[in-house]
Amino acid sequence: MALYMIRRLSQSLLVIFGVSVITFLAMHMGGDPTYLYVSERASNEEIIATRAKLGFDKPLSVQYLRFAEGLVHGDLGTSLTYRTPALPVVLKRFPATLELTFFALTVAVCVGIPLGVLAAINQGKPLDGGIMLMAMFGQSMPNFWLGIMLILSVGLGLRWLPISGRVPLLDPLLDGDLDTMLANLPHALPYLIMPGMTIAFFSLARTSRLVRSSMLEVLSQDYVRTARSKGLTELRVIMHHAFRNAQLPVVTMLGLEFGFLLGGVVVVETIFSWPGVGRLVFNAINHRDIPLVQAAVLTFSIVFVGLNLLVDLLYAQLDPRIRLGS
Amino acid sequence: MKSRALKSKALRSLLRAKWPLLAVILLFGITLAAVIGPSVAPRDPNRQNIIARLKHPLQADRKGHVFILGTDGLGRDVLSRLLYGARVSLVVGLVAVIVGGAVGTLLGMLAGYFGGWTDDVIMRLADIQLALPFILLAIIFLLVLGPGVLNLILVLGIGQWVTYARIARGQTISQREKEYVEAAKALGQPTASILVSEILPNILAPLIIIASFNVASVILAEAALSFLGLGVPPTVPSWGGMLAESRDELLSGRWWLAFFPGVAIMLTVLSFNVLGDWLRDLLDPRSAAATR
Repeated sequence: MALYMIRRLSQSLLVIFGVSVITFLAMHMGGDPTYLYVSERASNEEIIATRAKLGFDKPLSVQYLRFAEGLVHGDLGTSLTYRTPALPVVLKRFPATLELTFFALTVAVCVGIPLGVLAAINQGKPLDGGIMLMAMFGQSMPNFWLGIMLILSVGLGLRWLPISGRVPLLDPLLDGDLDTMLANLPHALPYLIMPGMTIAFFSLARTSRLVRSSMLEVLSQDYVRTARSKGLTELRVIMHHAFRNAQLPVVTMLGLEFGFLLGGVVVVETIFSWPGVGRLVFNAINHRDIPLVQAAVLTFSIVFVGLNLLVDLLYAQLDPRIRLGS
Repeated sequence: MKSRALKSKALRSLLRAKWPLLAVILLFGITLAAVIGPSVAPRDPNRQNIIARLKHPLQADRKGHVFILGTDGLGRDVLSRLLYGARVSLVVGLVAVIVGGAVGTLLGMLAGYFGGWTDDVIMRLADIQLALPFILLAIIFLLVLGPGVLNLILVLGIGQWVTYARIARGQTISQREKEYVEAAKALGQPTASILVSEILPNILAPLIIIASFNVASVILAEAALSFLGLGVPPTVPSWGGMLAESRDELLSGRWWLAFFPGVAIMLTVLSFNVLGDWLRDLLDPRSAAATR
């Protein structure tokens, strides 16, 4: 187990190193980054002075080392629009994004899995067909388009749910103020539903398809037939014999799914004016604030890598084959 | 299986199953729109017409010209823009997958055939890329490189290589010890030729299946990037770009500006997904039950 953990940990570090190199190089691919920091009418002397000040006159390797050193110390450069260090700007918005992503993941799992099971045990019947049709459409529409359609129909047409805004849940919790969070909860949910559903729908569709096929495979196994022939109720067969074994591929997928959802927030937050990192990135793109985008991408990546590491370690704890096999 | 037998099996199964057939017909229609769209489009997709701003679908202007799918905030004809937009989605989707597929298959085959450090380096690179939400990398590269069809294809294509590399590697490993490869080696056939003319045809089926799904996800990614303003320049009509522009009119409830481009994207992506499902069942019966 210790060996597995060390191997997995060094893999994660390698990945973060790779990400840092990629984001660093990205900044330099568009030519001399000095021009991002000076105004268009800057004099030659000004440009040279800024270049020297920011170290862009040094060789790339030296610049990367400085960049990596900053990264280790939590310094991800200065935002061009905010004129303050980029990392705190990103971190301040992070709870809003995490909140939305977790909500979406919960929806995807809590709706996707039962739908997949339902489809599998009704294989070939209209219910199965209906669920799979929905899943097929769910995997084929751009999530932000679904968001726009929800705003038009549920938000503006029926006026059931607010189309923008947020009541914070995670921020008070992170400050240790549980009471405020609980008091906020009923007010926060209406704001969460539409953006959360929008982000979740694709994953929900994918999850239900995966669960369905995984269940179908398990349901055709001998031990399920044995369980049935010894007279167990169908519910017991499905829950205890089939579903348990169908879970494994789903658990593996969850870590990756989280990253996928995290990628989806950039566009969806923009549509619903959700005050998270996604909308921050969108605005930074429009202002060509590359350091801020860089900081956001790095933060997302590190969180993603960390979460996957966590999932893998938990998984290894649960599955003796991995724990002992390594 | 002989290729003629496969072809007739494919044709029969296509005619029997109604969804794949529908998907093929749809894709044919969309391709047709992309190819001849400009000559059948009712108007110039970029011509602005202030008097005919924000017309509802089927609404006519004063001269009696009917706008079948309405007009946008600048008075441009939605149907014409939709027809032109098919080009961007199809070209970007298909070419990016070809680029990514070619690079990935080549690297995967090299990794699988040679093993050792070649394998290590290529697969570690793949691990790094897989460990990241792809759209974020695309955002940062397109932001620096600037928008444009070529950059879009490059970034989306490079984003896909890992999928193909992993499959090609696994398949190549299972093929390289087979007798026909040994025979080719014994006959002194050069390695490059063994890879391309002996192994490649035998590992192509799973790659083609993935490619069909992949075109679907690349089209979705292109739409998202265009929506963020990182896709094609605004002068080129694209479905994602139309959705981005529709945001300005969202609060006033002008649904047709967002509805039609979204439906166009969805039908295209749906067709490729259905086609992928069908190809998988056809070419690889063992995994008929397994979904991605």
